[in-house]
This record gives sequence, C-alpha cells and structure tokens, in this order.
Amino acid sequence: MKKDIILCGVGGQGILSIATVIGEAATAAGLYLKQAEVHGMSQRGGDVQSHLRLSSEPIYSDLIPLGGADLIVSMEPMEALRYLPWLGAEGTVVTASKPLVNIPDYPEEAALHAELSKVPHLVCEDIDAMAAKAGNPRGANMALLGLAAPYIGILDRNALREAMKRVFTPKGEAVVAMNLKCYDLEQS
Amino acid sequence: MRKLLLGDEAVALGALDAGLSGVYAYPGTPSTEVTEFIQADAQAREEGVHSRWCTNEKTAMEAALGMSYAGKRALVCMKHVGMNVCADAFVNSAVTGVKGGVLVLAADDPSMHSSQNEQDSRFYAGFAMVPLLEPSSQQEAYDMAAYGFELSERLGLPVVLRMVTRLAHSRASVQTAGKRRTANPLGPSSDRGWVLLPAIARRQYLKLIDKQRAMQDSSIESPYNALSGEGELGIIACGIAYNYVQEALAAGGRKAHMLKVSQYPLPENLIASLRAACSEILVVEDGQPVVETGVKALLGADYPVHGRLDGRLPRTGELTPDNVAAALGLDAPGVIPVPPLVTGRPPQFCQGCGHRDVYAALGRVMADFPEGRVFGDIGCYTLGALPPYRALASCVDMGASITMAKGAADAGLFPAVAVIGDSTFTHSGMTGLLDAANENAPITVVISDNLTTAMTGGQDSAGTSKYEGICVALGVDPAHVRTVVPLPANIPEIERLLREEIAYKGLSVIIPRRECIQTARRHAKKK
Repeated sequence: MKKDIILCGVGGQGILSIATVIGEAATAAGLYLKQAEVHGMSQRGGDVQSHLRLSSEPIYSDLIPLGGADLIVSMEPMEALRYLPWLGAEGTVVTASKPLVNIPDYPEEAALHAELSKVPHLVCEDIDAMAAKAGNPRGANMALLGLAAPYIGILDRNALREAMKRVFTPKGEAVVAMNLKCYDLEQS
Repeated sequence: MRKLLLGDEAVALGALDAGLSGVYAYPGTPSTEVTEFIQADAQAREEGVHSRWCTNEKTAMEAALGMSYAGKRALVCMKHVGMNVCADAFVNSAVTGVKGGVLVLAADDPSMHSSQNEQDSRFYAGFAMVPLLEPSSQQEAYDMAAYGFELSERLGLPVVLRMVTRLAHSRASVQTAGKRRTANPLGPSSDRGWVLLPAIARRQYLKLIDKQRAMQDSSIESPYNALSGEGELGIIACGIAYNYVQEALAAGGRKAHMLKVSQYPLPENLIASLRAACSEILVVEDGQPVVETGVKALLGADYPVHGRLDGRLPRTGELTPDNVAAALGLDAPGVIPVPPLVTGRPPQFCQGCGHRDVYAALGRVMADFPEGRVFGDIGCYTLGALPPYRALASCVDMGASITMAKGAADAGLFPAVAVIGDSTFTHSGMTGLLDAANENAPITVVISDNLTTAMTGGQDSAGTSKYEGICVALGVDPAHVRTVVPLPANIPEIERLLREEIAYKGLSVIIPRRECIQTARRHAKKK
C-alpha cells in the first residue's frame, strides 16, 4: 500500500508543519517515507510545495511522478491548481477556498473555483473561518489536515492526532490544545 | 537507532557519529541545514565541536585544513558556488594532502532553485584529483560521512561529498549508529609537504599523481559502486539518479543492466564490464554531463552512449522521475494540465522588511538619473530586481556589486550605485571596497544591514556592529559613511542621503540598519 501526497501553498502558510505531523505519524506507524521540501528563497511569500510519499514498501524517488499523486492538500486554491499535473486520474484535492492575494495579476475568484470544480474529487472549505471559529486563527493548517485526514488512508485519523500532540508538545500544552481543536473541527 | 532526517541532517549526524571535531561553513541553500544541525546538537556543544559560521567558504576551507593539520576530523559545507570561493584552498589541499580526515560537502542545485548557475561539483573533484562521494539516499548520506573520513585519512586527501537539492532537502528514515566515535587526539603534522614552495610542491604533486591508482582501486572496491540487473540496455545511474531509474524501471516493468555510481573517480573496469554486457549505455546523472563525457572518452566514438549530450535527457535542469522514464522509453501517463489562469507567484520581500524602504527611496532618486545604474548582489535584497522596484542592473556573485559599480564608474558611468547586504559585504565585499577606497572611486555603496544572513534563514552575520569601523579602516572618508534606520517614515531621509552622496565625487557608504523582520519576530518570541 502506498500514498503519494502533494502539499502546497504559499511560503509562510505552514505547509511544512503539516508535513512534519504526517511524517511523524508515518514514522511511528513503521511506514517508509520520503518527503521532499522546499527551503530557501521561495519561502518568502512564493509558491511552495512538498512531495510526501508514504508506503509499506521501500520508496525510491524523492519526487512523485506526474499523474501519480493520490492527494493534493493545498492551503490556497490557486496553488492547488498549479500542481494538477501531478494528480492521478482518481485523485482528490483538499484545499482552502479563500485566495491569498499577494500578486497583482491574481485570477478572478469565480473562474478559479470553476476550474477547481473540474477535478475528480474535491473538498474545498474556508479553513481560515474554521480556525477562527475554533479560536485559533493560526491553526488553519491543522484544520486543513483535519479535512484531509480521511483521504490519507494509509494513516488513520487518530494516528495523525497523536503525532500532532508529539510534534507540538515542545511548544507547550496550550499550543497542542489549540492545534487539536482545529484538527478536530471536521468531526465536531 | 532510526531517525527521520533531511539529507543534509543525515550528513551532519553521520559526521558527528564519526568523531567530527569541527564544521566550517558559510550558509548557502541547499547546504545550510548541515551546520545548523551540528549547532543544535547538545552533545556536540558540550564536547566543544566547532560549529560557528565562517565569514566565507575560503576561510572555512582553510580553517578545516588547519584542523586536519592538527590531526582532527573536519567538515566543510557550502553550496556549489561556494566551491568557486574556496577553490584556491581546496585545490591546493589536494597537493598538501591532509592528516585528520577532511570532508568537503558541496551542495549542487540543478534547476537553480536558489542559485545563479548549475555548476557541477564533480568537475572540481576531478580537477583537484581527489575522490568524490555522491549519495543516492539519506541513508547513504549518513553512512558516507564515516566512510568518507576513513577514505580521507587512508589516502591523505580531502574527500568531496556531493549533495543535490532534492536529497539535501528531502527527509527519510535513517538507521544511525546511536553512538559516537571518539574524536582524533591532537597530533599536529610535521610533514614538510604542507609548505608548497615550488620545489616541495613538485614532489607533492607527484605524490598526488601516485595516489590516483589507489583512488581508482577504492572506486572499484567501493560498496557504493555496483553492477546489477540484466538486459541489452546498460544504465549508469549516478547518485540520486539511481532512485529515478529504479522508480521508472519498477513502474514500467522493465529490466536493464545497471551500474550504480556513488564514488568517483569512475570505476573504469566496471564500465568495461557494462560495455561488454550491453549494446548501448544510457548515462543518468543530475547536473552536468560529467560522467557521460568521461564514459564517451573511455568507450570511444563508435559505442552508443546516451544522456544529456544527445538529448535523451534534457540538457539542463534537474532529473525527475518523469524525464528519466521518458529517457527509458516508457509511456507517460495522461496528466491534467495546469489551467491557464494560474499565474506565477515569485518570492517577495516580507511585509515590514527594511530593504523595502531602501528600494522605495532608491527608486525615487534613480528616476532622476536614467543613465545611472544600481549594481546588485546576492541575498534577500536581490528581490529588488523584481517588480515593483525593478531596481537592479546586475546580480552576479558574492561581492560583485561594489567592484562592478567601481568598474562601471571607471568607464564613466554615473551615478554608479552598489547595493549589498551586511553578510555578503563581509563575505566578499570588503576587498572590493578597499579597491574603491584606494582610488576614491565615485561610487555610492549601500550596505543594507539587517543584522543577519537573512536569505538562508537568519544565521549570524560575521560583521554585525563592525560595519562603520570596517569602512573607515578600509579608507572611506568618515564624513561619507552615513547610517539611517530604514522605516517607511524615514524614506525621505534615505532619499536625501542618497542624493547627497551621489552628488559627492568620491567613495561613499550608506548603511541603512534595522533588524530583519523574521529574526526580530523570533527574538521577540524568545523573550
């Protein structure tokens, strides 16, 4: 069994934290894992992506082949579209609905959502509103992970939840609680 | 003990577990995390393993050589272009030889994710005639640290460890030793071979030539170079390319004869074996066609060798599972195209960054001088070349802003302005400023000081709090060394200083100084 996931968004949105949680859960579950990240200049408000590969068998390539991803998890709707060439024919896109507009030529939001509606399987939610409702506006990335959890498949919801606790524990109990609240929103 | 590690971190931990005494480095993507990992390691700190950042790659290489002279193991880390900066020390370290093991980690950046060229560090190892290791996985990256130190000490040569971005910045689980080898004891060399006077250098160079046979033997016996598989098609897969080839062969249900190469010089007899078993060879390597060129030379013009040179693989850019699958003749799956409305999202200055205020003022001033030019340098502030500022005429190499402005001014260009960051200035700008000071060149140098090496994530900057002193000591008239705090409210003041100093017919330095917004936030959190 394997799961290839593209995580994407805009530098500073917390993509790597999502990757870290999934990575921790996969390691604890004894799965093979490769996770290619983007470091450096593009983290300054540019487009960023991470290739996350989980498998019960050894993995060779650090990069996912085109058309090979089971899942795109995106913090931003236009960024979700940018990686469609990686999405498999039966793949799922889980994305934030609200654009992050930091460029002058950002497309019309309606046209963006029309394109998104064409993907095979789509989950598109206002994660900022969800996180705000949970009282943790900075936890939008964990709200997104909560939405994506059912599609990760190779790891169950609770394994991710436990991994999140371990990842955030060094930052204090309050941070753990706030992030769990965002993660659990989907189920409440 | 298993650990989830970036390729860079795997090398760092491998080096620590192999008895490292010091890491010497200047930050540069994609190599920075090696040194940061060692700096964060509690045991290394306790045992006094050197890990403070160096001023540039040349000082780093030389310090490592000094540590080796004293008998201990040293690691030097840099991005590929750092090899250019330390090349003098590096190439000559092959002639002196080493005592304590020296590993030179060069992190190449095919596709130029964060770089200005695609140079391949394997050329440097061949040029200096030293061995090179090129891991294909995080596990090999870890294992090769210990292996590389042993090889270095056995041959008495520095060993290059070549990383590429995709391995440096990809995580996987690594089996580690879980314990550390004791560092080498202090044992300074008393070999005269370190004194490279011509008469001694000629002897040393012959010694280096003599070591080539042992290097070749080591490559042939290396656990990292191996033949496998079957079939008419031969594949030479170098470093990380091995993964893409395996991925593609497995997905396509194909077989091939494969030579995995992760230690150089190229193992010549293994290539001969592959040739004997196959009717053609495909060379798959990330970076420039180093091995392809070498294999063509070995096998002659009549034997078919494919790769980047004959277009089987793209001539530029990094390897991907897709272009490797295509090179193997495998069908590509149908893909969903990117909708045309998706636009580029280039990186940009952070909100609240002081560089913004500098460029806002500079833009207003330069609008009055259409014949003038602003020469840029390498750091976050290179983003000033992009809209909305479009301020920079050049970005070439560390420190080039000052010297290019001087050369342009020598040619008569006016006004010639240089914009350089604080860390880049101490890395390679100071010597250029001395040239400019010695001629009182009519240029205005802006040292945009954010108290850190920001672009690579906020490492310490070597010259913090010393800039005015350095400029004056180098010969800049103190009346023309001006400082200002770059804030939106101070844009008129920055503009005034720029106009005054451009009007001055001599060398001037303006230092806008305010802490990087990213490190300031981090510092605020800690308090």
